[in-house]
Amino acid sequence: MCGNEALAEAAILAGCDAYFGYPITPQNEISAYLAHRMPAEGRVFIQSESELAAINMVFGAAATGKRAMTSSSSPGISLMQEGMSYLAGAELPAVVVNVMRGGPGLGNISPAQGDYFQATRGGGHGDYKTIVLGPASVQEMADCMLLAFDLADQYRITVEILADGLLGQMMEPLTLAPRPHRPLPAKDWALTGHAGGKQNIIRSLWLGEGALEEHNKKLQAKYRRIEENEVRCEEYRLDGAEVVVVAYGIVARIARAAVDQGRQEGIPVGLIRPITLWPFPSRQIGRAADTFPVVLTAEMSSGQMLEDVKLAVAGKAPVLFYGRMGGGIPSADELLGQIRELTLSKKQV
Amino acid sequence: MKTQFKRTPVLKDCPTHYCPGCGHGIAHRLLAEVIEELGIQDRTIGIAPVGCAVLAYNYLDVDMIEVAHGRAPAVATGMKRCNPDRIIFSYQGDGDLAAIGTAEIIHAAHRAEQLTVIFINNAVFGMTGGQMAPTTVLGQVTATTPEGRQSHGEGYPLQVSELLALLPGAIYVERCALSNVPRIRQAKAAMKHAFELQMQGAPGLSLVEILSPCPTYWRMSPSDAMQWIEDHMSKVFPLGRLKDMEKDER
Amino acid sequence: MMLYEELVIAGFGGQGIVLAGKLLAQTAMRAGLEVTYMPSYGAEVRGGTANCMVIVSDKPIACPVVCTPNALVICNKASLSKFAPRLKPGGVLIFNRSLIQSVSSVPDGVEVLGVPAEEIAIESGSPKCANMVMLGAYLGKRAHLSPEQAAASLPEILAERHHKTIPMNAAALRRGADFVLCHA
Repeated sequence: MCGNEALAEAAILAGCDAYFGYPITPQNEISAYLAHRMPAEGRVFIQSESELAAINMVFGAAATGKRAMTSSSSPGISLMQEGMSYLAGAELPAVVVNVMRGGPGLGNISPAQGDYFQATRGGGHGDYKTIVLGPASVQEMADCMLLAFDLADQYRITVEILADGLLGQMMEPLTLAPRPHRPLPAKDWALTGHAGGKQNIIRSLWLGEGALEEHNKKLQAKYRRIEENEVRCEEYRLDGAEVVVVAYGIVARIARAAVDQGRQEGIPVGLIRPITLWPFPSRQIGRAADTFPVVLTAEMSSGQMLEDVKLAVAGKAPVLFYGRMGGGIPSADELLGQIRELTLSKKQV
Repeated sequence: MKTQFKRTPVLKDCPTHYCPGCGHGIAHRLLAEVIEELGIQDRTIGIAPVGCAVLAYNYLDVDMIEVAHGRAPAVATGMKRCNPDRIIFSYQGDGDLAAIGTAEIIHAAHRAEQLTVIFINNAVFGMTGGQMAPTTVLGQVTATTPEGRQSHGEGYPLQVSELLALLPGAIYVERCALSNVPRIRQAKAAMKHAFELQMQGAPGLSLVEILSPCPTYWRMSPSDAMQWIEDHMSKVFPLGRLKDMEKDER
Repeated sequence: MMLYEELVIAGFGGQGIVLAGKLLAQTAMRAGLEVTYMPSYGAEVRGGTANCMVIVSDKPIACPVVCTPNALVICNKASLSKFAPRLKPGGVLIFNRSLIQSVSSVPDGVEVLGVPAEEIAIESGSPKCANMVMLGAYLGKRAHLSPEQAAASLPEILAERHHKTIPMNAAALRRGADFVLCHA
């Protein structure tokens, strides 16, 4: 199974009630897969007329308490930002998958990580966050999807899975199993048609004096709770490391190969891989910076996660960067070259 | 003394924010009466637009959601497909439905979504200060057509209902007006029919367009506004049933 | 013995490159090995170049991207000039002799093997199974998986409507391997 299909089958397993999407490369395997699996399970599948419509169909389905998702790639995700802002304002749970490609504009269809800022800063208008998960294998494409629906329901928030074309297209062995049951709050806010004579209203409009500020405070308190409880990251070969690489997604896989090769050559190098990109594992990286002299951030962008790494390191260690853009994929050898250089220049100092 | 007229229970007991002479109050009342008479208050979900009726959920006592500008038909699609036994309606103005939401309404009709759409056409953007709408008639002065709308450069009034009636997935399209009592009664009958079709599971979208007065931005008295609908607006937007698949077949 | 094989299969779109790669990946997975498979994906639907990268190992695989392969299965000339210079010393290059007359720009210390894939495919029943001949040749050369193991995975890789071609594809895999065993 390719990453996109693994993610799609995991959506079935997660009890996704409805999928809405508009075709765009490199994520079309998701909709092609769900076009037969969803109806076969008696669930809803619609190919919408645009990404605007898709995200708003998700909005409608989620408002009635159903588990709903959409998937797209970078240009389509840009179109969805309006809807994602409304989802945040209305506090509706939803899952959005972004299989990133090169940009800006139409860009190309090669894998990229240029949408990190858009995903982790909110993306649309207003003061909000979405939970952002960065899978790094076909197995994690599935695992993140299972986790995403639970997190979305628990916090009434949008969860974005930030993958890339490479992860979407590649195949690896995969084990699919449902997640252990997580107790989730009842959806007594959902629109079901005046249940029990009580009117439910879902809105993102708060006109009363101070009402919107109160609403924002409530949202921010929720975001702090998520930062407290939902940070996930992987630490790899940090023992005695003098250089620590920070990378997510497919770049973390490449970095892992570079770390293994470096260790074979006797270079003390390790890896921190954020799995949640928001909330960002700032504490873990900050702790690492206390111990390790140099941090190297690697991305398929001009340096977006780099800013979060710098904030986490807070000047305690130099933070260097290696990146490729526009669909360029860094090789393990390129990264290893960077690591070698860093260790050499450190010895000279 | 015998009560002649009272609030319908589907309308909440509160004053609206609408301007004097505005048609939204009448349209809300008709909608509430229809929902009550059909006995569907406990299974109806309404969608409020962006526009003057954005606060419709404060007046109509049914489950409601407020959505992004123009996107109501897409939101309604998501709701109805996941909840086929619920009655879903959207309430949209001319900016919402005929400008920014053109794609959503065309495609909801094109997919034959089983929805009821109430389309309020007052030929102007009311909420934002009286700018030109797609349905503004030629020569009409608005905040953004100070010399009156010209076809050259500003286009012709957009007849969305006629467009939609062409689509096989739109099963019922009727244009009504609120300009006098018989017309108001007809508007209610049309709304009721549009809801009944959805209740019967009729295979497509029903839309009732309502020509509605905006005395504030038409810069006239409420009674002149009613007369303007009769004399001008209904010439550009002819009243009547554009399509009723059920009746046309018989 | 430690196994870490980085293979690139490349050719024209339509030559069954992706299918051959998927079959190898599936076969390796069934044999209990670690495997990653990554296709190139282009905007064009037909024609153009196609390639895929397969890594087979007995340890978890960190990076699925192959930069310096130790094995190449090359089915057209354009792919030869693109991938041959990247081959690791000590690696193996298997090329389709039916379409590629001469091989140049190959790094030193690389073993080069020409396979008349089209001819063998026709002998097996159809020129369409040249991809299976090439994969069979690779399996014959490397021997960490057998053509019979690959044939057993065919039902999982081929669409149901193509299942009648399984015996022919299995034969092509075997003949490809036999060619290498007889001529190498």
